[in-house]
Amino acid sequence: MLGNTDLTRLIFGRLTLESIPYHEPILVATFIAVAIGGGAVLGALTYFRLWGYLWKEWFTSVDHKRIGVMYIVLAIIMLLRGFADAIMMRTQQALAFNGSEGFLPAHHYDQVFTAHGVIMIFFVAMPLIVGIMNIVVPLQIGARDVAFPFLNNFSFWMTAGGVILIMASLFIGEFARTGWLAFPPLADAANSPGVGVDYYIWGLQIAGVGTLLSGVNFLVTIIKMRATGMTMMRMPIFTWTSLCTNILIVASFPVLTAVLALLSLDRYAGTHFFTNDLGGNSMMYFNLIWIWGHPEVYILILPAFGVFSEVTSTFSGKRLFGYTSMVYATVVITILAYLVWLHHFFTMGNGASVNSFFGITTMIISIPTGAKIFNWLFTMYNGRVRFELPMMWTIAFLVTFTLGGMTGVLLAVPPVDFVVHNSLFLVAHFHNVIIGGVLFGMFAAINYWFPKAFGFKLDVFWGKVSFWFWVIGFYFAFMPLYVLGLMGVTRRLRVFHDPSLHIWFIIAAFGAALIAVGIGAFLMQIFVSIRNREKLADTTGDPWDGRTLEWATSSPPPHYNFAFTPVVHSLDTYADMKKRGFERPMEGFRPIHMPKNTGAGVVIAALATICGFALIWYIWWLAALSFVAMLAAVIAHTFNYDRDYYIPADEVAASERAFADTLAARS
Amino acid sequence: MSETIAHEGTDKPVYFDLHEHEHEPGGSTMLGFWIYLMSDCLIFAILFATYGVLASAYAAGPRPDEIFELPLLAVNTAMLLFSSITYGFSMIAMQNHNKQAVLIWLAVTALFGACFVGIELYEFATLIHEGATPERSAFLSAFFTLVATHGLHVSFGILWMVILMVQVGKFGLIADNRRRLMCLSMFWHFLDVIWIGVFTFVYLIRVI
Repeated sequence: MLGNTDLTRLIFGRLTLESIPYHEPILVATFIAVAIGGGAVLGALTYFRLWGYLWKEWFTSVDHKRIGVMYIVLAIIMLLRGFADAIMMRTQQALAFNGSEGFLPAHHYDQVFTAHGVIMIFFVAMPLIVGIMNIVVPLQIGARDVAFPFLNNFSFWMTAGGVILIMASLFIGEFARTGWLAFPPLADAANSPGVGVDYYIWGLQIAGVGTLLSGVNFLVTIIKMRATGMTMMRMPIFTWTSLCTNILIVASFPVLTAVLALLSLDRYAGTHFFTNDLGGNSMMYFNLIWIWGHPEVYILILPAFGVFSEVTSTFSGKRLFGYTSMVYATVVITILAYLVWLHHFFTMGNGASVNSFFGITTMIISIPTGAKIFNWLFTMYNGRVRFELPMMWTIAFLVTFTLGGMTGVLLAVPPVDFVVHNSLFLVAHFHNVIIGGVLFGMFAAINYWFPKAFGFKLDVFWGKVSFWFWVIGFYFAFMPLYVLGLMGVTRRLRVFHDPSLHIWFIIAAFGAALIAVGIGAFLMQIFVSIRNREKLADTTGDPWDGRTLEWATSSPPPHYNFAFTPVVHSLDTYADMKKRGFERPMEGFRPIHMPKNTGAGVVIAALATICGFALIWYIWWLAALSFVAMLAAVIAHTFNYDRDYYIPADEVAASERAFADTLAARS
Repeated sequence: MSETIAHEGTDKPVYFDLHEHEHEPGGSTMLGFWIYLMSDCLIFAILFATYGVLASAYAAGPRPDEIFELPLLAVNTAMLLFSSITYGFSMIAMQNHNKQAVLIWLAVTALFGACFVGIELYEFATLIHEGATPERSAFLSAFFTLVATHGLHVSFGILWMVILMVQVGKFGLIADNRRRLMCLSMFWHFLDVIWIGVFTFVYLIRVI
């Protein structure tokens, strides 16, 4: 009998039948819903024989536009998961009054708020940002792809691997119950012995490799692959903000990798970095994780600032006001991002002078950010503003983000922070800037660049429904949290005893319901747009009267983006080209050198994910095996020297002529 | 005809590069690899910082002057420094298109690297045998993690070197392989620089 248990442990590690939460009705219902939905999707793909197409044209694609689309699809799927967590928390908090325990037991509720944070930051906001950068940056700089197309595909699949692990934790075992940054000593082996924190660690480590590599990739792409004549100060603002974001990624994600590695050593190897005994120091963890965590905030917001700049200038029909100051403001924010991390733990015994330094640096950030806000306002001033969907999101952002920025400056004052630290005031603040900044920015970006990526615009009616429900829902959901925070309610609470708080939680839950309608309307918008794609088609490649190079090619762009590399003479090149009456060259096409698709990225990332899963469950043989297999796959990939091909000149000529014909037919 | 429109001769500027040069494939690899190395450098920076903070957290366990053996370390450091020089010889041979010499010097480098890793493993084994394990104190946790991370990098470098030897042997000094040799060269010298930091700040400073 004992021998049998040993054998089971050898084969399955600590994975047992008990690890499957079949005794929890909420999870069982979720699983059934996911199984039916997932089964339907998989069945449909099989029925319509789409697997081969998906594999050849998408999964193994090294085309930056397709990889970008895959990132965004991933992000939208995870938005649904993250939002499901959000609405559960809102419901729980609205119910758990007057002696009621609500519907979520404590161990489940703790997983829900942890998963919500992790998913929204790492698997919604990040893939949205990286996805938009993928689609837009190479087109904006007149390049044919990124610097390392294979790594780009691999990065995506590593991110997807992280997603798979996080999603697996829902139905196999449990997720961390520590909050989204897994602070020790709570996250130590002694205090969190289960698999939750290990899911957290390996999910983030695997996705983190992907993020770091795409950071390197985009940095090199922007530095080395700009079209002739595109000097740094002629780069579109979105490219500038992407450059700064990728500098931040490369300079901060290694810190996350290192600190999570140290935490996993504490958990797996019994070391004492962050433990309470034998010399460990958990303040090291707080410092290190926030040295990554604060730049991460700017990694998310800077590209959104870039989107708003492009949108404001396009829909005001004007050059961006204060381009140079916008660039410098972006760079200053990039630098300051590293000088403020300590404001996340003012209350943890740093002393008055240290707190003052970090309080002041934090407040200084509002100066370049304020300069940006004024630049956008002055761009609109005297412009002919067209209130298309991207512009609507931009205006909602301007109002909402300014409010969130102001509460941020309040929190930057250490004595104030001592009062509202870890309260719902803080929760309201960061949702105010992340939803009002990043998410609104990404919705602006999706509405703005969707026609470029797919060749047809998004439906306006459902877009407006989504917009109004999101914006109004946001205010209903989060303004009450400011009030509650000022009343002293701390975050992450499950039950409440003071009935006077109840009404605010009910208002917040109502707001979450409005946002749910907003998300539904967004999905509807995509569905309706696909159905009406003929009517919404963009045959010009330039549906918004755009100003930058991505609008100079067809929608969707050909695989090679530009038959001839554009030559840049000024900022807002495409506006300049249109003004001076450029003509597209129609002959002299040459074969175009392009990278080949490869399945290596999928294979290596899949093996990494299996390895992560095995490490989480202590299935050592599988961990070793998949690690060795991963090495072998990498080595095998390096023996493939035949990685590129030429698109024949005839093919280029044919597709360019087809585009010219549609343009001519229009005019 | 349209070519003339887009060209000089009229007042319109050139908007498309009609006679583009082919970009050398992999022309950005060096920059990309350099940036990767800097990100790796940050991981080491974090480990150095952690060691700095925890360096005197002995928890009544072994102290540096009780466990570090400088003579062994001197030999080890020599191994790694020599391996950097021999890698340099290999690169010179590559410039001279001398495939055989490249392979020989790579083999010598890998051998020095293997000696380095071997001596490090011996040192670790001795320490653990004496009871100075990573679980003993925060100081030892930080020490083992920093030094072993460097050692793991060297081990991967050796693996990479062996694979490159096979590839150079099989396909010759083609452009792809030359680029890979350059990358590994940067990696190898980078590890040397890190080791000088380790040798100085982890060992030397704590003993003298």
